[in-house]
Amino acid sequence: MTESAVRSYYDFYATSVRTQIQTQFQYRAAMWMYTLGMVAEPTIYLVVWTTIARTHGGSVDGVGTGAFAAYYIVWTLVRTMNIVFTPFGWEWRIREGQFSGWLLKPIHPIHYDLASFAGQKVPWIVLYLPIAVALSLVFHPALHPRPVEVVVFLVAIWGAYVIRSMNAFALGMITFWTTRVAAIFQVWFLAELLLSGRLLPLPLMPQWAQTAAAWLPFKWTFYFPIEALVGNMSTGSLVVGLGMQLLWTAIMAGAVLGMWGFALRQYTAVGN
Amino acid sequence: MLRLVGTFLRLGVMNEMQYRTNFFIAAFQSVLAVGVGIAVLALVYSHTTSLNGWTESQLLIILGIQILLGGIVHATIQPNMERVVTEVQDGKLDFALTKPQDSQLIVSVRQLDIWQAVDVVSGAIVVGVGVSRLHGGTGAGHALAFLALLGLGAVFLYCFWLILATGAFWIVNMWFLSELFEGMYQTGRWPIGVYPGWLRYSMTYLVPVGFAVTVPAEALTHRLQWSTVVVAIGFAVVLAAFARWFWRFGLRRYSGASA
Repeated sequence: MTESAVRSYYDFYATSVRTQIQTQFQYRAAMWMYTLGMVAEPTIYLVVWTTIARTHGGSVDGVGTGAFAAYYIVWTLVRTMNIVFTPFGWEWRIREGQFSGWLLKPIHPIHYDLASFAGQKVPWIVLYLPIAVALSLVFHPALHPRPVEVVVFLVAIWGAYVIRSMNAFALGMITFWTTRVAAIFQVWFLAELLLSGRLLPLPLMPQWAQTAAAWLPFKWTFYFPIEALVGNMSTGSLVVGLGMQLLWTAIMAGAVLGMWGFALRQYTAVGN
Repeated sequence: MLRLVGTFLRLGVMNEMQYRTNFFIAAFQSVLAVGVGIAVLALVYSHTTSLNGWTESQLLIILGIQILLGGIVHATIQPNMERVVTEVQDGKLDFALTKPQDSQLIVSVRQLDIWQAVDVVSGAIVVGVGVSRLHGGTGAGHALAFLALLGLGAVFLYCFWLILATGAFWIVNMWFLSELFEGMYQTGRWPIGVYPGWLRYSMTYLVPVGFAVTVPAEALTHRLQWSTVVVAIGFAVVLAAFARWFWRFGLRRYSGASA
């Protein structure tokens, strides 16, 4: 890539991010309400596991109430980073023939989604912070990260964002071949819910589920970023984790580009 | 009035019968939802034998009720309320308001997503399995109380949705509504007693999922006290009156776009 190409990509991303930040802040009431709906999920998990821990002398398999609180409060930060352009959106775009217009643009269409969703993260996280403080006052999280853990966390949430974006793009592109994709998407989301650490910290899952999770991309977008901040991972395993994120980014990016190449030969649209 | 509801119902059914494949999609989703619910319960009970005094079979009943009522909401309440929100934005609510009938009634019966009602069946099956695994079973009296409280639960959820949808008269951008409702409604998967004090009160009175889901489950698990029933009925009356008043109050702000 030439220097001017890098420069124009940089300009494109910076402008999209800035626009999104300004747009999102226009709808603060809506964002609060949405966040309230989103925070319900981890709060439910937290309440349930705290209740179980209390009846068993304060911990479940060595995970104490403070650790649960830290896990599920950081959870929402990671979940916010994990919001990407949905595969259902791809289905809609492909079905409606929207790609005809997108294909005329000078850069790959996925950059538009990557850039605009990246920009939305900033206002969403700013908005969540007061809620996180309120939750902390109620549930007393045990959160004592080392500086290196904070750094790895800040990198890993962006790794999670890129992996999950690519994953969703690849999934959405299946629509180029078949239009009955809703069932595939739902099974995928279900596997993610159970094997990513979204539902509960992976060490509390049955052994076979942990083994399965080790071979799938999901845990690198949920469990790893959360655990990097709240757990006691050694510096070595933190670095290995980032490496795994890099590996999955490469695999997913390869899948997206490969599918894209084939898909364009498949694609026909009506109209315009 | 009943004839009007009947006509809308018939129209809704006829409309939906055109899209029969949607039944299989809805059934598939329903099976997935039940599967996840049971998997989560299994995970929880692999680490404990009782959650705040509730056994796994008893929680299965709560899960079933939550899915069942969710089916009623998604088939009848939610599509109508979402239509209200869109029509307020587009100024198309005029068509409903100019009809010579009560506006709240009209806007509440126009849509029917009948395939979503699959969840009513699968939820009922889950409740049935839960009940069959209870020690001591359930008497006819408790079963009747359960059915009545289930109906009351639907009323609670309808009022809650109507109040949310009425917000559209003030806030134009309401894309978050269904996310907000789903988030709040998920709390109903667990007995209301597990939530800490302030949260429990808001889940009972602010967002009435506690009344809607936990109370009918209490009837089947021999926990129900008559005082709870009285409070539930009283609160349903108050909430219905408030929802109606709020709807009319919001309506006064509506100026339409077509006129």
